Amino acid sequence: MAPSTLSAAFLIARKDLAIEFRTRTAFFSAAVFALLGIVIFYFAWDPTAVASIDLAPGVLWAIFTFSGLLGLQRSFGIEQADRAIDALLGAPITRESIYLGKAMANLVFVAAVQVIAIPAVQLFYGVPLLENAALLALIALLAAIGLVAVGTLFSAMAVNTKLAEMLLPVLSLPFFVPVVIPAAQATARLIAGRPGSEIVGWLKLLVAFDIVFVAACTLAFPFTIEE
Amino acid sequence: MTSPSSAGPASGAAKSAGGIDWLFLVAVLAIAAALARVIYYTPFEAVQGPAQKIFYLHLPAALDAFMAFGVVAISGIAYLWLGDLRLDRAAESSAEVGVVFTTVVLVTGPLWARPVWGTWWTWDARLTLTLFLWFIYVGYLVLRGAIDDRALRARYSAILGILGSLLIPFIHLSVYLFRTLHPRPIVIKPSAPSLPPEMLTTLAISFVAFTLFYLALVRQRYRLATERDLLELEEGR
Repeated sequence: MAPSTLSAAFLIARKDLAIEFRTRTAFFSAAVFALLGIVIFYFAWDPTAVASIDLAPGVLWAIFTFSGLLGLQRSFGIEQADRAIDALLGAPITRESIYLGKAMANLVFVAAVQVIAIPAVQLFYGVPLLENAALLALIALLAAIGLVAVGTLFSAMAVNTKLAEMLLPVLSLPFFVPVVIPAAQATARLIAGRPGSEIVGWLKLLVAFDIVFVAACTLAFPFTIEE
Repeated sequence: MTSPSSAGPASGAAKSAGGIDWLFLVAVLAIAAALARVIYYTPFEAVQGPAQKIFYLHLPAALDAFMAFGVVAISGIAYLWLGDLRLDRAAESSAEVGVVFTTVVLVTGPLWARPVWGTWWTWDARLTLTLFLWFIYVGYLVLRGAIDDRALRARYSAILGILGSLLIPFIHLSVYLFRTLHPRPIVIKPSAPSLPPEMLTTLAISFVAFTLFYLALVRQRYRLATERDLLELEEGR
């Protein structure tokens, strides 16, 4: 009996997360990469000239973007070994469920990196990120959905090219711009204690991006895999 | 699957050997005529002086670049629907010419901005958008170059071409909000100038010339793509 798209997606996400949980290679390197990035960025500016509260949101989002790419590269890379992707394609499930499952696993991955990186930025930069934890979590979630929606699709495409993982950043980063700008701007206003009305516009932009690109990428995904 | 018989490279092949490419010749003459008018028969703008004349290259190139990327997106949708390789060749050709035109925009912009704004570059919404447009479609060309399988290359390019066109409004909106929420030091800007008739005519002539040039280049590039596909097909045998 063929499972529904959503339940098949959950199965695939669980499979990917189980692999990641047992090996922990990608998560470990992404988390260390994020921490290193946070530290290196701090020394890239003169702390007496630029206050860390001005620096922190940009650093946070630049780091998420790049560490997210590390996880996304693996997403379809792991299916290349032994042509595991053929088994997925042969399964009696819709193509969309493969995409959604992969995307869900990537979302958990990016969120887990955020759980490490946000307190680290709070600690190292001394900014009150966690004072408004619920709102920050909302910003982070909306941004992560956008990054993952596009990144998962491009990951599926990149593994089938000659450049493989080299191609993913070239394709993805322009698409991350309308995610990183609103997320960083909203975060900056949040930690500066600005009123919520200044953040709403940025959140709307993130929601719109998420809706458009989750829909477009889900529709486009079946075309990325060989028939 | 993807290529019905009508999509065979030979069917849409234009004859390229020998003969004069009349469209190309007309386009080059039109560009020359437009430039002559820009240089000799269009008055100087009162404030900006000769620097303003680059506008007659800049704006037509920008409009045609947008049109080129529109063609890429529409050909992409049509390709995914119909699976006709001719559509992919049209997208490929249009993207390449679009990148060239965007490069023209990005080069002429700073040349004008330096004397008029006093800076080569500023993170104004339109400048930023154009820069990202360039990045997206350079990425598109890199993607094309990274795939050997013809049908796969066409499918992936179509997807990127479509997503790229969806991305443009989002980039525009986010950089626009970014700029308006952070007012910059006031720079001298032409506030939507209502052009005097001579200048408007020059602009229109220049736009027509650039569009002809776009069409001529795309046609040439399309022929090249057709020949290449034909060659690949023969080598494959």
